[in-house]
Amino acid sequence: MIQLIPCGESAVIVEFGTGIHPEIHYKVMAFTEVLDTEPFLGMIEYMPAYASVTVFYDPVKVKNSQQESGRDQRKLSCEIVCSLLEKILGKLDDSALKSPRVVEIPVCYGGEFGPDLEYVAEHNHLTVDEVIQIHVSNQCLVYMIGFAPGFPYLGGMSERIATPRRITPRPAIPAGSVGIAGLQTGVYPITTPGGWQLIGRTPLTLFRPYNDSPSLLQAGDLIQFRPISAQKFEEYKEKSQ
Amino acid sequence: MTIHILHSGLLTTLQDLGRVGYQKQGIIVSGAMDVYSLRLANLLVGNDEGEAALEVTLMGPKLKFDDDTLLAVTGGNLSPTIDGRILPMGRPVYVKAGSIIKFGACQSGCRAYLAVAGGYDVPKVMGSKSTYLRAGLGGFHGRSLQKGDVLSVQAPQETSLRMIQHFVKQHSAVSFVSTDWCAGRGQTAISSGRAIRITRGRQFDLFTEASKNALLTDSFRVTPQSDRMGYRLSGAVLKLAHQVEMISEGITLGAIQVPPDGQPIILLADRQTAGGYPKIAQVIAVDVAVIAQSKPGSLLSFQEVSVAEAERLYLAKEKAFAQLKAAVSLKLQS
Repeated sequence: MIQLIPCGESAVIVEFGTGIHPEIHYKVMAFTEVLDTEPFLGMIEYMPAYASVTVFYDPVKVKNSQQESGRDQRKLSCEIVCSLLEKILGKLDDSALKSPRVVEIPVCYGGEFGPDLEYVAEHNHLTVDEVIQIHVSNQCLVYMIGFAPGFPYLGGMSERIATPRRITPRPAIPAGSVGIAGLQTGVYPITTPGGWQLIGRTPLTLFRPYNDSPSLLQAGDLIQFRPISAQKFEEYKEKSQ
Repeated sequence: MTIHILHSGLLTTLQDLGRVGYQKQGIIVSGAMDVYSLRLANLLVGNDEGEAALEVTLMGPKLKFDDDTLLAVTGGNLSPTIDGRILPMGRPVYVKAGSIIKFGACQSGCRAYLAVAGGYDVPKVMGSKSTYLRAGLGGFHGRSLQKGDVLSVQAPQETSLRMIQHFVKQHSAVSFVSTDWCAGRGQTAISSGRAIRITRGRQFDLFTEASKNALLTDSFRVTPQSDRMGYRLSGAVLKLAHQVEMISEGITLGAIQVPPDGQPIILLADRQTAGGYPKIAQVIAVDVAVIAQSKPGSLLSFQEVSVAEAERLYLAKEKAFAQLKAAVSLKLQS
């Protein structure tokens, strides 16, 4: 059941389900593709999440667009937006989705770049090499970007390397750090405090504020982690500078 | 045209109407906490209403103007002065080169906006001049202003130039000139003790009856931990009827979320793009500025309205603002 719920007078949240599942995610992606290609008059932007899309709009512009087209002016802009969104939902076709982009993320595992790699191995009764092997074996799906600029919320990491967060968070995790928290894995785009178990670091820059698309990753991408040596890491870094 | 920062104040940043269109990339909106005061300050100096202005918080800065400048201060009354004389708020003020503007005691509200004709000359990042402190982006080198900084001002637009010509005629021995009228008294969002209007949040029904009642009948104190990201309140402990597993979703301006400690947080200009705490309510857009002008320590109470009423109030406010804009523009031409 898809639900439309107004959040105050300038946003509507479209809820596609309640869990983290690829099927729900495909619906979210198909819906945002339509919003990208055919935004309605007065739409400001949207925010896709795991199972929902929050659509932000300007009530004045929505109302004016209704006046111009000679339609019922007593309608609330919220009602107008909901009926426009329902129309999109009515003809939503997630089978026509573009095939996902695969983004390769090189990671230098362990050592100073991944101080918690050994702990993750110990916790799961594995060797360090096995942890790396498992981490690079599954492609991870980017469900949404949030929390920090360019930060991906990923799904699809193997349960075999799931590890609880650190008891004491680190005051500063360097940008590019690849971590594990429970069943989640992810990459920190900017330096922030955090409690994730750090297993490695990528030389890629995930947040590029002066680029047309500031976030390297987008919702809907597939991530393929690939192990690299410390030497390769430095080479990448030099190239990107 | 340059301005020297002699004292930074508590938190002085450049803000406009925010960085729009990048939330799906995890980039927060930012922008002025009290958008109506920002828009008014710009109108009064002949700028586009969305131009960036200085957002001055609680303890204001001390600034030296190197050139004759047309400016306006709106919002909270932080006792601004020009060379020791009271700077009249809510109207265009033409100051002479060498003037020193200083903010003093906080008399009402807690955020003032200082706009200059032409606007501040900083590059737009992702379409906005707003300062995004945590990512070190936008505004003046991505940070709040510090002692020793020098701000540049852009060339004024046609409307501003006409006003300046008008002022130059009167400008003689006095250190500054202003109009004899002021605008936007009725627009200022200084809390008058009136309840903050809210609509039901997405997870309203998940809270206990006692919590829903407490939200609408109790008062909540704004704690000192409040900032541009959110206002943390203390008061009745709000609880969910049953533990629910929430997954992260988009967050709206003015959403009132309740973390496990039961103390609500109102999410404001620098709110994160997504979050996973249940939201009990949503502050209506026209009252977000009232929150923004509430000092730590003040008490807030809430009153529920329908989404239809929230929208009616929004449209009415925009209409009133359009009228104010027309009135100001008439005044400036006369």
